[in-house]
Amino acid sequence: MQAAWHAYTNGQTAAVLAHDPVWLTIIKVVVLFVFGVLMTLFMINWERKVVARMQHRTGPNRVGPNGWLQSLADGLKLAFKEDIRPVLADKWVYFIAPVVSTIPAFLAFSVIPFGPQVSMFGHQTVLQLTDLPVGILVVLACSSLGVYGIVLSGWSSGSPYPLLGSLRSAAQVISYEVAMGLAIVSVIVESHSLSTADIVNSQQGGWYAWLLLPSFVIYLISMVGETNRAPFDLPEAESELVGGFHTEYTSLKFALFFLAEYVNMVVVSCVATTLFLGGWRAPWPLSLWSGANSGWYPVIWFIIKTLIFLFVYIWLRGTLPRMRYDQFMKLGWKFLVPISLVWTVAVIAVRDIKARYGFSAPMVLVILGVIVVIAVVIAFITPERKVSDNRVEVTGGGYPVPPLNLEIPNKPRRRTTARERRSAGQKPADTAVTAGAGKESGDGSV
Amino acid sequence: MALFDGLKGFGVTFSTMFKKVVTEQYPEDFRPTAPRYHGRHQLNRHPDGLEKCVGCELCAWACPADAIFVEGADNTDEARYSPGERYGIDYQINYLRCIGCGLCIEACPTRSLTMINFYELADDNRQDLIYTKEQLMAPLLPGMEAPPHPMRLGDNEQDYYVNGPQLAKAEPKPAESASAAAAAQETAKHEGTAK
Repeated sequence: MQAAWHAYTNGQTAAVLAHDPVWLTIIKVVVLFVFGVLMTLFMINWERKVVARMQHRTGPNRVGPNGWLQSLADGLKLAFKEDIRPVLADKWVYFIAPVVSTIPAFLAFSVIPFGPQVSMFGHQTVLQLTDLPVGILVVLACSSLGVYGIVLSGWSSGSPYPLLGSLRSAAQVISYEVAMGLAIVSVIVESHSLSTADIVNSQQGGWYAWLLLPSFVIYLISMVGETNRAPFDLPEAESELVGGFHTEYTSLKFALFFLAEYVNMVVVSCVATTLFLGGWRAPWPLSLWSGANSGWYPVIWFIIKTLIFLFVYIWLRGTLPRMRYDQFMKLGWKFLVPISLVWTVAVIAVRDIKARYGFSAPMVLVILGVIVVIAVVIAFITPERKVSDNRVEVTGGGYPVPPLNLEIPNKPRRRTTARERRSAGQKPADTAVTAGAGKESGDGSV
Repeated sequence: MALFDGLKGFGVTFSTMFKKVVTEQYPEDFRPTAPRYHGRHQLNRHPDGLEKCVGCELCAWACPADAIFVEGADNTDEARYSPGERYGIDYQINYLRCIGCGLCIEACPTRSLTMINFYELADDNRQDLIYTKEQLMAPLLPGMEAPPHPMRLGDNEQDYYVNGPQLAKAEPKPAESASAAAAAQETAKHEGTAK
């Protein structure tokens, strides 16, 4: 078995895949597409059920066995709804935008390794559509392309609210892509490769989730921000806003956006599994069994790990309240990006130290990781500096009430009206005195 | 520990997943209402089967939604429906209008109109939601006789009202049903006559 793993490390996967006949590639494409759609249908139901259980409810339980066909029924219903195009919408862009956001989402599946070398219909192949030398960059590129779908849909709807929603969504996705990319950098540095298959193979000794813990945490946070999910779902906050960039969309086009969102979630979970949880490699107690990492079993481990990430998504949604936009941006740019930059420098430094002095790299990295995590926790816990408040203390808990010492505040100086000025001009001595006296007695302050 | 307060919420949601859900599966698992729940109306009978309704229309006048229609008529010695002089020949409640406020049953001078626990008032057409007198009348219990018939429990209507409590006590109770849902519905239906 050991020999079998090493047979296709570093570029071997690509070599095996190069001999795939066309029909096998087509089968893999269809399977990946079906996987994406099925995971979406499953995820919607699972999410609704788990969030319901977290709120003492039962969730959908009417359609199909125990309600598991609810999302399918919803999808079919959506397909039969009227397709509305707003009068002011830009016809072609409006039509293409949902497609633009869906295709890259599915495209990213092509580089995910689902398993090792297997025999498929008498053909030796790897459970992966393609293994590119720049594999992980394809994933990042696909998620960047998905932003076009968001921006174009908001712009082409011909309505200000989708436009604003799309701007917010795009800003959010782009901001968190920076942190995401930086989190991936340290994995690339450790594994010497951009190829997803090689990254999985290089985790034979240990998962990068342990070795590169800060990267893992940053990736976890940024993948939630990247996919516009709770608690970072503020551009399409369904309980507060109408719906963000897809406000004007109906029927199948709306369904495509929905599909794209959930497929994106599955993709980033798959990528997280690949990068940090050892991909299809069996987890520790199972890895003692020699057959665990060969044949079709690794697909099971891979899907289980992906489902764990998807559960975290649901758990976050069931637990955390939605963040404010400025808090969200602050978290992205002021915490995640600098920390991942520092961490990347640290990883490279440790590699250098290891190369020069022969240190045990995992030990140093683990120690550094723990230090960085503690620093992050402290940064979050320490309260912000108090802004000095020079204002006069207001009694009554913030409500405008009279001062407690019953001192009458100074009266604003009255302007003399035009009539008073005129009468003062005509009879300077008499009226001025009487008017003034009358005013004073009327005020009662003297 | 303030350090882990932010993570406590995750524990709360996770542990809640394994707790009992409070949702009632309504049509399959039918839970009876509170005994005094006010559902739809019922027109009650005297223990001998004569109607309590005297056709006075006070319920219709009390109704803020104008949901009740009553038409009174004179009892004759040949055809007697209620103990007194008048009875309700026609009685309709429009449940599309009824707001369930209960002012009608407060207005009823003879305790003829009461409300039972039945609440599944939904239909796909308007006609069937206008309940007629036949639908609203309480069922005939054992010992009751369908009107018209002469007064069996006294010489005049005064006997029916003055001796009402004793008559109600002497009347045989409706059979106890084992099924919980059925029992709730049955007791609710017979609530007026049982008193």
